[in-house]
Amino acid sequence: MRLIPLGDSAVTVELGEAIDPDVNALVVAYANRIIEQGWNGIVDVVPTYRSITVHYDPIQWDLTALTDRLLILSCPHPHEVESQGALHKIPVLYGGDSGPDLEGVASFAGLKPSEVIALHTSVCYRVYMLGFTPGFPYLGLLPEQLAIPRLQTPRPRVPPGSVGLADRQTGIYPIATPGGWRLIGRTPIPLYHRTGLDPFLLKPGDRVRFRPIDQNEFERLSREMAHGHDRP
Amino acid sequence: MKPKRAEIDVVKPGWLTTVQDLGRHGYQRYGMPVSGAMDRFAAIVGNRLVGNPDGAAVLECTLKGPELFFRDDARLAVTGADLSPTLDGNDIPLWECLNVRRGGRLRFGMRRVGFRCYLAIAGGFDAPTALGSRSTHCPSQTGGLDGRPLRAGDLLFGGSFDGGAEQLVGRRLPDRLLPRYDRSIILRVVLDSRREFFQDAAVSTLLRSVYTVAPQSDRMGYRLIGPPLPRAGAHHFISEGTVTGTLQVPADGQPILLMADRQTTGGYPPIAAVISVDLPSAAQLGPGDTVRFVSCSIVEAQALLRTRHHLLDAALPPITVNRRSL
Repeated sequence: MRLIPLGDSAVTVELGEAIDPDVNALVVAYANRIIEQGWNGIVDVVPTYRSITVHYDPIQWDLTALTDRLLILSCPHPHEVESQGALHKIPVLYGGDSGPDLEGVASFAGLKPSEVIALHTSVCYRVYMLGFTPGFPYLGLLPEQLAIPRLQTPRPRVPPGSVGLADRQTGIYPIATPGGWRLIGRTPIPLYHRTGLDPFLLKPGDRVRFRPIDQNEFERLSREMAHGHDRP
Repeated sequence: MKPKRAEIDVVKPGWLTTVQDLGRHGYQRYGMPVSGAMDRFAAIVGNRLVGNPDGAAVLECTLKGPELFFRDDARLAVTGADLSPTLDGNDIPLWECLNVRRGGRLRFGMRRVGFRCYLAIAGGFDAPTALGSRSTHCPSQTGGLDGRPLRAGDLLFGGSFDGGAEQLVGRRLPDRLLPRYDRSIILRVVLDSRREFFQDAAVSTLLRSVYTVAPQSDRMGYRLIGPPLPRAGAHHFISEGTVTGTLQVPADGQPILLMADRQTTGGYPPIAAVISVDLPSAAQLGPGDTVRFVSCSIVEAQALLRTRHHLLDAALPPITVNRRSL
């Protein structure tokens, strides 16, 4: 375990060297343990691939007091850890306007587009972390054959729901933003529901499986989501 | 006197005017940026001057302020950048609590000093809270006025306040606590303890050079133009949490200073982070302004912050009891 102060108001607790599901399971469990303490002046606890960033109010805490408390609390043992969270099945319309890079990914991988879809849907992914924008999940690991570098020039606007690939990761853009991941499809399911009681669909440690759908189902689900969204 | 609730028309929205409080905490683990006032000191002082709790919502006005028409009496304070505020055509002082009468018109003119100006109103600006905060995060359309900047024709509401507290009028921030804004500043940083991501020359370059704030700078972060900070090629950086003030360094070596709407996690290694007590000065930089960095220890940084906090509390005690106005 390595402690890395970030400025005067946060410290990152590093639990491993690499992107690894077991390390990430410890990260999620330790982050939850810190949050459960309800310490005053701990304003945010952010689990990432292999580390946790703890944000504190420097008026109420100094670094030594905080790191002492973190060390006393100690990281859970691997056998105490529930390694996986809730399973989500995410419907995706692959290719066409929804996935403008599907063909490119297929030729990069030397596969047919249908084989890319089959590979992408064959894996149960782990939500390693959320970041970039509200609700954006970093999912892994993507099958090796699909590991493709980001676009040279990011798109100025990626539509919400777009499913992208970058290296050994796949992810979903919850809101319209610029983005450099290769887009292979789009889901009608909102990942960030800003007026909802629980605005974030996915949590760190959850699992995701993708399910291919056709245009009709995409439109039907989009309508249902919009309706549900508007309901008081 | 009966509690009042001011209605205010937005005649002109200004260049970028948003509702902000002290930010949205507790959701960074879901990727939700903190947002909030870029210059927290100015926002807090504005609130204390008009008798609000520190976390009441204020307007953050960028570069060119709005034109506001007051349908009701209100009590306000303008803090932060000097964007030449006037009330009914007369200059008004910054960092001071004043009354505005029904029919009053608040305008702003040219930027004299600083980049972001704050308008606090007694009772705070009323807007629905989203995830516990009224701060506007425009990219995700969260908080404030439907998650967007002010538009002409918007109607703003002040929270209810006790119109009888006239003794606040004329109260001002003591001169010794007034921040000095400059278009060329020094920011203190805590250097990152890791050295593996940068060549040895990077830190000395950072601490010896002048960086200019690029035009592509916003509430998320400032791109800084200056001598590149050479990365060490061998180590791959795995995304981790960021803090406001982080100086992250992409492959081209040009640092980016992360600000209030920063991403919660970052994939570029950090070389240093601006200390909390200096973030308000950083918030007052605009494109073309320049900055130099000096190194500071964490202990020193935290002591400086506590000192400022105690001085401010002594001069303008925080308001904690009147929850009604929130």
